[in-house]
Amino acid sequence: MYRYKQADQRLVEDRVAQFRDQMTRFLDGRLGEDEFRPLRLQNGLYVQRHAPMLRVAIPYGTLAAYQLRKLADIARRFDRGYGHFTTRSNIQFNWVRLEEAPDILAELATVQMHAIQTSGNCIRNITTDPFAGVAADELFDPRPYCEIVRQWSTLAPEFLFLPRKFKIAFAGGAEDRAAVRFHDIGALARVADDGRIGFEIFVGGGLGRTPMVGRSMRDFLPREELLNYFEAILRVYNRHGRRDNKYKARIKILVKDLTLEGFTREVEDEWAWTRGGPGCISDATFREMEAFFARHDYAPAAADDPGYRAALAGSRAFARWVERNVSAHREPGYAVVTLSLKKTGVPPGDATAEQMDGVAELAERFSAGEIRVSHEQNLVLPHVARRDLPALWEGARALGMATPNIGLLTDLVCCPGGDFCSLANARSVPVAAAIQQRFDDLDYLFDLGPLELNMSGCVNACGHHHIGHIGILGVDKNNEEWYQVTLGGREGSQAALGRVIGPSFAAGQIPDVIADLLEVYVGVRHEGEPFIDALERVGLDAFKARVYGGAA
Amino acid sequence: MSTLIRHGKVADDHWQWIEGDVPRVVERLEAGEHLVLPLAVWSAHRARLDPLRASVWLGPDDVPETLLPWLAGIPLVAIHFPVFTDGRGYSLAHLLRRRHGYTGELRAVGDVLVDQLALMAQCGIDSFRLRADQPPAAALAALAGGLRSPWPGSVVP
Repeated sequence: MYRYKQADQRLVEDRVAQFRDQMTRFLDGRLGEDEFRPLRLQNGLYVQRHAPMLRVAIPYGTLAAYQLRKLADIARRFDRGYGHFTTRSNIQFNWVRLEEAPDILAELATVQMHAIQTSGNCIRNITTDPFAGVAADELFDPRPYCEIVRQWSTLAPEFLFLPRKFKIAFAGGAEDRAAVRFHDIGALARVADDGRIGFEIFVGGGLGRTPMVGRSMRDFLPREELLNYFEAILRVYNRHGRRDNKYKARIKILVKDLTLEGFTREVEDEWAWTRGGPGCISDATFREMEAFFARHDYAPAAADDPGYRAALAGSRAFARWVERNVSAHREPGYAVVTLSLKKTGVPPGDATAEQMDGVAELAERFSAGEIRVSHEQNLVLPHVARRDLPALWEGARALGMATPNIGLLTDLVCCPGGDFCSLANARSVPVAAAIQQRFDDLDYLFDLGPLELNMSGCVNACGHHHIGHIGILGVDKNNEEWYQVTLGGREGSQAALGRVIGPSFAAGQIPDVIADLLEVYVGVRHEGEPFIDALERVGLDAFKARVYGGAA
Repeated sequence: MSTLIRHGKVADDHWQWIEGDVPRVVERLEAGEHLVLPLAVWSAHRARLDPLRASVWLGPDDVPETLLPWLAGIPLVAIHFPVFTDGRGYSLAHLLRRRHGYTGELRAVGDVLVDQLALMAQCGIDSFRLRADQPPAAALAALAGGLRSPWPGSVVP
């Protein structure tokens, strides 16, 4: 993991002092509401329905055990004993007091954390694959590049007042587990024929009000040009992005208006000024960054451990958990474990302070003290010896985090919705709970196989409903909550946006609608064919006909 | 009257701000006035302007490259921030100072607030016409103190 240098530590400490002064001036009336708003947003502080919300940055989703313990401590002392992990791999505290926000930031600074640029019209937290660095299928570890871009983008003075927010994601190749095609900039690892390392660059993707799949603007960007090229994109966007209408201010609209070719030409002209110049990242920097993340200390672990094998044979529940929640690790004898934050009856992504402390302890015992947050709102232990899996499973069960549902219907992604968020048109958490309760039978869930369900309480799409195989969007009609259903969204290399199937439903109808969709799938699927593939093969009509009785 | 801060001190200002296309610009310059002209006016009269008494201001969507052939001789370039949340001026400042090597006075005018001064300074702006309600002492403190390691972390030298 990256460890702060003196400069990083000073920056977060100075930032706390600066924000404390701004908060004091706001509270005593010297700083107006309008002038304070962008300042507090750039420090992660929203004003919400019930209380202010503080969003803490978890850069590229990586946490150390001691950092997770600090988050638990903050949840206890400043909130109501829990936090909410988000689809940008951050954590939100929904019940903080405005005047205590500087104290929370000061606590975070003691463990090399902050809330800088988790909101506002600036470059947001960088995200990546939760399996980065350990995935068996990656070309190279994207985290050193995430950290380089994190440092470059943190308080970059030219880019703190962009037309709108700006999100960047990196993926390490092969399988895109970071949804790079749904970011303002997405960088996908590439190795050129001559062995040079670089990235394919996607631009203009995003969800929200005007969802779009990002377009590839450059097949191969050599890694040393990463910051020069990103700076060129940001400068073109900062100067030419629309500022007259916040709903048309994201870079995707600029790309559309200029056309991909026109936008790319502007960026390449801008890049021509810096290409090969002093902004190139040096080999020494790459080596230094890679050293922070490289792990060469795996104790040899047998790929075939007798205790592990006995546990698999002896417990169906354990075997099921391994099937869904344990993934391949690039090191033989090791595994990547996903701890589910999707237990039925618990709001997706929520974790209590006790659970955070418990996961910190499990990480120290079984995962070299490291935890990842996934954009599907689960926690990941990336370095687990297979022989430790039975003990880890027991520990996770005791915390209520061993639900064997990763990648299944009930592993649904969901924003906090109208219960908390002042932007929301509808509640999302109760609908998620109703779906989880209705489909709580593990045999049925396993039979259905991989299925992604995403739900958002409004068009801002924090629940990423457009990329759910089944998407649910809360909408407001005459002050009533209604839910629109989409089908066919997906992330990864076949990225697609879901299509609306017809008129929206009342909350109480949603479990039945899902049941109808699943029955159609079970009826048409070929053996072993996942939901999304069957849907793409047979098309939407059969599903619509079932749900709307042929009248859609 | 709002305060001008130049090179870290409260300063007097002998420049007069010209908002639009006013008459008799050349005559006023010849009469000894020092004027900050909109880019369009400056461009229209450029050949007849005394470079020591005529300077130019840019709006957020002006193209700073227009000035390039004459940039070295212009004593003052002002960048107008219509609202402090409009960040285009930061890019204009970066381009003039860092890319095109402008060494004269680079001034922020308009919605110029204490909490953004350090960011503007990092983009190469060295004088600030504060919004009228901004306390000069706080502005001086913000420019003198600010973040000890502002940017860019430790990646780029």
